[in-house]
Amino acid sequence: MMKTLRQSGTLLGFVAIIVFFAIKLPDTFLTARNWINITQQLSMLAVVAATMTFVMVMNDFDLSVGSMASLAGIVAATLFAMGFPVWTGLLGALLVGLAGGLLNGFLVSVVGILPFVATLGTLTVFSGMAFLISDGKTIFGRDIPSGFSGFARGGIEMGDVKIPFLTITAALVILLCWFVLEQSNFGRRLYAIGGNKEAAHLAGIKVKRLRLIAFGLTGLGAAAAGLMYAARVASANPTQGSGLMLDAIAAVFLGMTMSRQGEPRVVFTLIGVLILGILDNGLTQLQVDSYIREILVGLIVIAAVAVASFSKSRP
Amino acid sequence: MIISFRNISKSYNGVSALQGVTLSLDGGRVHALMGENGAGKSTLIKLIAGVVTADSLGVEKDGHAVPLSSAQEAQRAGFRFIHQELNIVPQVSVAENILLGRRFPRRFRVAIDWPVVRARAQAALAFLGADHIEVTALAGDLSAGDKMLIKIAAALVTDPDTDKRADLYVLDEPTAALTGEESEMLFAVIARLKLTGAAVLYVSHRIDEVLRICDDVTVLRDGKHVSSCPVDETTKDKIIHAMTGRDVKDAYPARLARHGSDVISRLVDVETAMLSHLNFELRAGEIMGVAGLSEAGQSQLLELFMGLDPVQSGQATFLSGSLPKDPARAWAKGIAYLPKERRKEGLMLDMPVRANILAPHLKEYGVLANKRRERRDAISMGRRMRMKYDSIEQPVGQLSGGNQQKVVFGRALHGNPKLLLLNEPTRGVDVGAKFDIYTSVRDLSAQGCAMILTSSDLPEMLGMCDRILVLVNGRQTQVLDCAALTSAALLSHFYESDTKV
Repeated sequence: MMKTLRQSGTLLGFVAIIVFFAIKLPDTFLTARNWINITQQLSMLAVVAATMTFVMVMNDFDLSVGSMASLAGIVAATLFAMGFPVWTGLLGALLVGLAGGLLNGFLVSVVGILPFVATLGTLTVFSGMAFLISDGKTIFGRDIPSGFSGFARGGIEMGDVKIPFLTITAALVILLCWFVLEQSNFGRRLYAIGGNKEAAHLAGIKVKRLRLIAFGLTGLGAAAAGLMYAARVASANPTQGSGLMLDAIAAVFLGMTMSRQGEPRVVFTLIGVLILGILDNGLTQLQVDSYIREILVGLIVIAAVAVASFSKSRP
Repeated sequence: MIISFRNISKSYNGVSALQGVTLSLDGGRVHALMGENGAGKSTLIKLIAGVVTADSLGVEKDGHAVPLSSAQEAQRAGFRFIHQELNIVPQVSVAENILLGRRFPRRFRVAIDWPVVRARAQAALAFLGADHIEVTALAGDLSAGDKMLIKIAAALVTDPDTDKRADLYVLDEPTAALTGEESEMLFAVIARLKLTGAAVLYVSHRIDEVLRICDDVTVLRDGKHVSSCPVDETTKDKIIHAMTGRDVKDAYPARLARHGSDVISRLVDVETAMLSHLNFELRAGEIMGVAGLSEAGQSQLLELFMGLDPVQSGQATFLSGSLPKDPARAWAKGIAYLPKERRKEGLMLDMPVRANILAPHLKEYGVLANKRRERRDAISMGRRMRMKYDSIEQPVGQLSGGNQQKVVFGRALHGNPKLLLLNEPTRGVDVGAKFDIYTSVRDLSAQGCAMILTSSDLPEMLGMCDRILVLVNGRQTQVLDCAALTSAALLSHFYESDTKV
């Protein structure tokens, strides 16, 4: 009974939120247009949270994803401003993301620094680099090629609705993350590391190498999200990704309350993302103060995790 | 003083773990509680510790009813528990560990009165005859035996304001992690506890130990009370029969006649950070024991083959190459490892039995997961090891200790290793499961797998090994043939001086 409550509590909350907004906003909330809007709004968060799952599966986490997203946007925009073609800018930003992620992985797995400390350090480093490269200014206007920002406005027409490219990109990333974590032996090894690092090492799992790779993937995901963000607002500024980190970790935590043994799973992470996205969308439409929204998000995460750990402590 | 527990019953999800068990303990006597894994010993201890709520339980002390529904009430009733897992706080001093959970004596009502803290801890240790432990030392630096002693000292310490003297000490498999000499020290301590007039409930799998130090013995089987009697009225065979419901003639399966002659590993003058003068050849199918005093380097010798303790000088070969550099390469070369602490070093407790068995072997399944094939392979290993579980997808942490050990063992057996490293393979495992494990070890040896075994259970080493390598302070001093070796003769080699060349 308690176990079912624990596993389905968050899901019930998710449904309750939808029902609440559907009643409060009868004309606008449950429309295809609004839902497409929601998926587009949370596509960046979805990418960061899904790739963050890689490290959280191993009981690690990455605080630097937000500033990495900002840095990636700045790197791409700077390359555009210097006259490089769009693909060079994208590649450069993604390489920076991968390199930053691998740096995190190196600090955590090879040097042996706690993820909290290591990624707190790189958070500041990445953020400082973003300011340094951009000189603290927002890069916008003619510097941003229309091929880049147009992507975020575009989509695939399906009947009378248009599925945005950003939504499709997020869906593809989530699918890929799900596939790698759940269907490949690489992912299974990550879960084994999360289950017991020392036992995994003694059982011949290459813990150091896998942790390095997982952090690299998380950095790559953060950079991808940063590019999506920059395309959507057709500009890059050195702080625009900073809100992503806390929301991404919150989404994974919400998802963890739904799994059987409390381990992160990509599908549940996605539900966590949806909860945060829908809350955002609905409260904005109800014209609720954004500060109240923050209080609510914090309380929801605490409540979900409390229910999960409360019922877990009694067999 | 008599403490009696009547009609102890508990069921989990409709499955009965204990059914109307009765237990009567006399002050000043050591009462053994025995039974196979899953017989209900752990559940019984959790119930009388107040950690788990019983379905029914009547407790009386000298005829007076005692309330027992929480850990606090158990403490107030004068019941003290010493668990087999040595959960000490390694970063703080011995004195703080001994007084952990009590109110520390204070000076001026604010500052902790450290001299009094130390004096109290010192007094508890002195009472146990364990003066050799420094109360200011870091608890994490102590040996396993000394850690056990500070846990007992902690149980002994009473808060003068609120507590009364302990009336019952429950020791759960206290010797599981101890070497022979450390166990001897523990037995002396138990004798002192008896003198205080308290009752001692002693849970152990080791029958010889029980026959030696206990006064009464109660046997449980499948959650039911089988027998209770004074130890001098029973025998080893009778106890085994009561525990298993069958006769176990030989504790160890018969040795094989002869092994192959292929040398699979050869060490010449090998030295590592901890070990020196290693000179031996290991043949296919041979079981070599590694013995010595506590922490003489037994674990390091096994870890050498896992690549955890690198060779500093000398030549070491395995098959045609050198020794592996890390565990991943060791498994790839056909070296399997059964670590000492299965919960800490062996198992991912929240993960399914299947994933735990196959963790080192995922490579066989290619890049993509193949759950159906994995499930089939894991189930067949489960059958081979006679594991008991509800489902192969059940988290391994829900299994009994013996079955958890079979999971770690099954993991090592999967893929037919060429060399199997066994570190305390039957620690905390009951007689029946032990025999299953010994049988698999013999089968494996017959198939040509070489083994290096270390165990604190000397009869086990003598019963299973072909040869025993003796380490004194990390230095190889002897390789003895087991055929005519006795425990006493083996033990005498442990104390040989390590200075002679």
